Amino acid sequence: MTETPGTGTAHPIITIRGLRKVFRVGQVDVEALRGVDLDVPRGEFLSVVGPSGSGKSTLFHIVGALTPPTSGSVHIAGKDLSALSDAERTKLRQTTVGFVFQKFNLLPTLTAQDNIAVARALAAKSVVHTAADEAEFANILQLLGISHRLHHKPNALSGGEQQRVALARALVNKPAILLADEPTGNLDSKNSDAVLHLLRDVNRRLGQTILMITHNPEAAAFGDRTVLMRDGQIAT
Amino acid sequence: MVENVRHRPMPTLLSILLIGVPVTLILILVGLSHGLIDDSKRRSHGIGADIIVRPPNSNIMSFSGSTIPEQLVPKLAKLPHVVLATGTVNQSAGGLFETVTGIDYAGFSKMSGGFDFLEGHSFRTPDDIIVDRYYADQKHWHAGTKVKLINRDWNLVGIVQPGKLSHIFIEISVLQELYGASHMLSVVYLKVDDERNIQPLIAELKPMLPGYPVFSMKEFIELTSVSNVPALNTFISVIIGIAVLIAFAVVCLSMYMAVLQRTREIGVLKAIGASKAFILETVLAEALLMGVGGTVLGILLSFASRWVLQRFVPSSLPQAIVVEWWPLAGIIALSAALLGALYPGLSAAQQDPIKSLSYD
Repeated sequence: MTETPGTGTAHPIITIRGLRKVFRVGQVDVEALRGVDLDVPRGEFLSVVGPSGSGKSTLFHIVGALTPPTSGSVHIAGKDLSALSDAERTKLRQTTVGFVFQKFNLLPTLTAQDNIAVARALAAKSVVHTAADEAEFANILQLLGISHRLHHKPNALSGGEQQRVALARALVNKPAILLADEPTGNLDSKNSDAVLHLLRDVNRRLGQTILMITHNPEAAAFGDRTVLMRDGQIAT
Repeated sequence: MVENVRHRPMPTLLSILLIGVPVTLILILVGLSHGLIDDSKRRSHGIGADIIVRPPNSNIMSFSGSTIPEQLVPKLAKLPHVVLATGTVNQSAGGLFETVTGIDYAGFSKMSGGFDFLEGHSFRTPDDIIVDRYYADQKHWHAGTKVKLINRDWNLVGIVQPGKLSHIFIEISVLQELYGASHMLSVVYLKVDDERNIQPLIAELKPMLPGYPVFSMKEFIELTSVSNVPALNTFISVIIGIAVLIAFAVVCLSMYMAVLQRTREIGVLKAIGASKAFILETVLAEALLMGVGGTVLGILLSFASRWVLQRFVPSSLPQAIVVEWWPLAGIIALSAALLGALYPGLSAAQQDPIKSLSYD
C-alpha cells in the first residue's frame, strides 16, 4: 500500500473485505463483484481503473452507500455499511461521502448556487458549518473558479464549469470521502486537466480521501495509488 | 419546488386548470342554490304578506299545484285581524326555474304596495303579461312588444322592478283557465292588522284548514333554505365526489409524469443525501401548490360565471358568491391533490438511486 502524503500510516477510512455483489438480470445472476478486499487510508487519492464491466461502478455505489453488498463487509469511517438502516445510509451520504459523476448530475432547474445549497440544506441537521468552514468553502469556490458563475443554471454553464459546480456541491458538507466516477469522462482535455488538478488540490488542501474511477491512465496518474479491477476483483 | 413548477409550466398550469374546474363546479352549484333561494326569499318578502297558506300536504320548497279552492280567500278575509287576503296561481313557464304567476292585480297590489313600473302599465286585456326587469333583460324584451310564452302569444304591457313574488305575472283567471284549474289557487297570502296577532291567527287557522301548511311569512322565509330543497344536498354531495375524483386523477397523473420525468434528478437528490421523507414531501408540496392554485382559480372562475349568468340569464340563474364555501372547496381540492400525489410521491421515494442515476 502506498503511503499518502501527509497521512503516514493512517488507519484506513475505507476497509473492504470479501465484498461480493450479485445482480439478478432476468433469470440470470450476474456477479459484479467477486470478493474484493481493499483498504484506503485516510487522505489517500486512489484511482480505480479497469475495463467496462470490471465492477468499478458497483464498487463505487456500494462504498457510496447507494446499494448494499450481497456479502462481505464494507467499513466506512468505522461504520459497517451492512449494519446501517436506510436512514443511516442516507445520513452517511449527507455527512461522510460526496459524489462527483461523469454526467455532472446537477439539478437542471436550479442555479449553480442553489445546487450547492440543496446539498447543504439536506445535511443541515447533521453537519455544522463554522465560520472557518465558510471561509474555507469560499476559498474552494475561488479555487474552482466558479464564483462568478454561481447564479447561472446548468444549461448556461460549460461542461468544465458544471463539473466544478458538482465538485463544490460534493465538498460543501466537508465529507471525509469524495467519490468521483469518471469525473473527466465528458470533458475535453483542457477541462479534464483542470478538474484533475482541482481534485488533487482539494485532496492536498483538505486531506479528503478520494476514490476516483477512470478509464484514462493519464487521469489515474493524478492519484497517489492506482488499483486495477478485472472481472469483479482487484487485479493489482 | 417552485423551480420545478416553473421548469414545467404547461403541465402545471394544465393541472391547476383541471383542479380549478371541479372547484368552480362546486362553487357555481352552491352559488346557484343559494342565489335561487335568496332570490326566492327576497321575492317572498316583497309580497308584503304576514301569513302564507299552501296547498294540502305540500312541502315547503316544492312546486305545488293549484289545489286550494278560490272560495277560501273571502272566507279567510273575514276572519278577525285579517286585513287583506289574496291568492295566486303558480305554473311552470317551461324554462329552467321559470315560474309564471297568476295574480289578482288589485288584491296583490294592495298587499305588496303595488308594482313599480319601469315601462308600460298594468293588465288591460286577458292577453296582457307583465315581467320584471331581470326577466325582460334576459329576454331583451320591452313593453309594447308581442311575446311568446307557454305556447301562446301575449302582449308585454309592463316591465316592473324585481322583488315581488315572481318574474312573470298574468291575470289570475287567465292562468287558471289556461291550465284547466278554474277557481283553484296555489297559495293564499294573508295580511294581519298587528304583528302580535300573527301567531294566534295561525293557531286558529291550523284546525280550520287541516292538512294545509300554514306559516308566518317570517317562518316561511327562514325555512326557505338549501337544506330544505329535496335532493339538493345529495346532488351537491355527488358533485363534490366527482370533483374530488377529477382532482385526484389529474394530480395523480400529473405528478406521476413529473416523477417519471425527474427520475434522474431524484437519483441525484438521493445520492447527495435526500431521505425518502424529503422526496415524498417535495412531491406532496408541489401537489399542494397545484391544489392551492386550483382553488384560487376555481374561486376566480366562479366570479366569472356569476358575471356571465348576471349578464345573460339574471332572472333564471341568479348565482350568489358563497364565501363560506371557499375553505371547504379548498380543503376538497387540497385533499384530492395530496391523495393524488401520494402514490407518485411514494414511488419516487422508493426509487433505487442507482437505477435513477442511469435513467436517460
